[in-house]
Amino acid sequence: MSNPSNLKYTASHEWVRSEADGTISIGITQHAQELLGDMVFVETPAVGRKLKAKEECAVVESVKAAADVYAPVAGEVTAVNSELDSAPEKINDAPYAAWMFKMKPDNAADVAALMDAAAYQAVVDSEAH
Amino acid sequence: MPFIPHTEQDIKSMLASIGAKNIDALFDEIPAALKSGKLTAVGDGLNEMQVSRLMRERAAQDIQPLNFIGAGAYEHHIPAAVWEIATRGEYYTAYTPYQAEASQGTLQVLYEYQTMIASLTGMDASNASLYDGASGLAEAILMAVRAHKTSRRVLLPATASPLYRSVAHSIVKLQNIELVEIPFDTATGTVDLKALEQHAGTDIAALVIPQPNFFGALEDVDALTDWAHAQNALAIALVNPLTLALLKAPGQWGSRGADIAVGDGQPLGAPLSSGGPYFGFMCCKQALVRQMPGRIIGRTVDLDGKPGFTLTLQAREQHIRRAKATSNICSNQGLMVTAAAIHMALLGADGLRRVAAASHANMQALAALAGGVQGVKRLFSAPHFHEVVLRLPKSSAAVLAGMAGQGVSGGFDLQPHYPQLGNAILVCATETKTDEDLQRYVAALRHALQ
Repeated sequence: MSNPSNLKYTASHEWVRSEADGTISIGITQHAQELLGDMVFVETPAVGRKLKAKEECAVVESVKAAADVYAPVAGEVTAVNSELDSAPEKINDAPYAAWMFKMKPDNAADVAALMDAAAYQAVVDSEAH
Repeated sequence: MPFIPHTEQDIKSMLASIGAKNIDALFDEIPAALKSGKLTAVGDGLNEMQVSRLMRERAAQDIQPLNFIGAGAYEHHIPAAVWEIATRGEYYTAYTPYQAEASQGTLQVLYEYQTMIASLTGMDASNASLYDGASGLAEAILMAVRAHKTSRRVLLPATASPLYRSVAHSIVKLQNIELVEIPFDTATGTVDLKALEQHAGTDIAALVIPQPNFFGALEDVDALTDWAHAQNALAIALVNPLTLALLKAPGQWGSRGADIAVGDGQPLGAPLSSGGPYFGFMCCKQALVRQMPGRIIGRTVDLDGKPGFTLTLQAREQHIRRAKATSNICSNQGLMVTAAAIHMALLGADGLRRVAAASHANMQALAALAGGVQGVKRLFSAPHFHEVVLRLPKSSAAVLAGMAGQGVSGGFDLQPHYPQLGNAILVCATETKTDEDLQRYVAALRHALQ
């Protein structure tokens, strides 16, 4: 699966989608879910929490590891995807549909400055070597 | 020769990089008074026969006082079969198994222990134990703060053990967690609800609810649990597991039940042994199970569909998550938990109820007798379980010393911990005491007061 070109990415393997209402949705990439394996639990941040860029704010737990998820930019958590509480496997099934939480970015330019799909693919390729 | 992998050069370079002069300097923070490197009362160069004889002679000097002290460690009858079974070779090295699934017997005992303690507390899940009740309380506070996500303030009543509170402070204070003391009602000996109410609407991660509390008194656990939940805070039950044979299980407190139950498992088969080893237990609701520290044993099936036991929910433990682990509880009190599982199995639910009821009845009888001694006053009007607070007309330390001189450990001196109560002592009577023992207590008390 290729990384959708309409999304932004981080080096810590989050994807970021800009929504019409000015918020962003955050999930983990195809590459990240492949590395972690079968998801068993997702811990999301509290709605209203203010995050700094690159702050640890969520945890994805698979049968073999638990990994932190980082805020891609500074902002405030506006929503969490409670569907993942009972169905964390959605991250494995469709990583780019399974958003974990939404944020209102402090600064829209921060989002624009994130990596595009090609730049992220280069990060993934460099990890493979 | 000990196996020490570091060369002199390794050690020098490590010390240099942290700026320590020598290895001894690493232990500077331990007060000198606590370092007792020399056994001055034992001569040099004794052979095995001489040492054995010396130790027998010294052991014979130990007195066997009639014990009425509880305060967190309780004297109960332990059936001889408990430690006969627990010290069998198959169980005796019940330390954390590192090739866990190869140790099916150990895992099964831990699993059965978890099932029993979860049933006793009325909670969904249990871990395979913690070190003791005091550090268990600290772990419950850390767990509640992790689960709450937004608040780092925990309400800790003064009716919880002062020793436990001290340990909890030591462990959580450097983690930016605030512990707020809630005073007690001096008439009832339970949490001052008016003082608690002043915290309504503030930012609270959890309320600790001790039951019975340190004074042996019963808190209004339903009201306290519901109050905590109304504040969007977690309810942490700090309980004596034996008392749960009679009292309402934390899982049934209030309209939603406590979220975490924690305490010391010593009353379930561990002898007093001068203070340990004991074990801590911890149970929680299903929704919090991923925040629970320590090891958890699960039952599963193998490839052929045969039942077996396994370590479960390990992804957050230190061997996988390293520095970000939920906790760094690396071992459990395996042998003590093995004994507890055997103890509970041998006594059964009915046996535990009888022990609890007999302890309560003895405390009632003792309180009535002691209350009849001139100048002695029973404090606190709340119902009590198997401990009670007495105020004495003379220095509590002097009276306890006087009783000790008559072979009776008369109680725990509350004066240093609760000076506002005056010369108060905490007295415990368990099922191990006979009517004659109670009479002997009262006679020793009378004599010490003269």
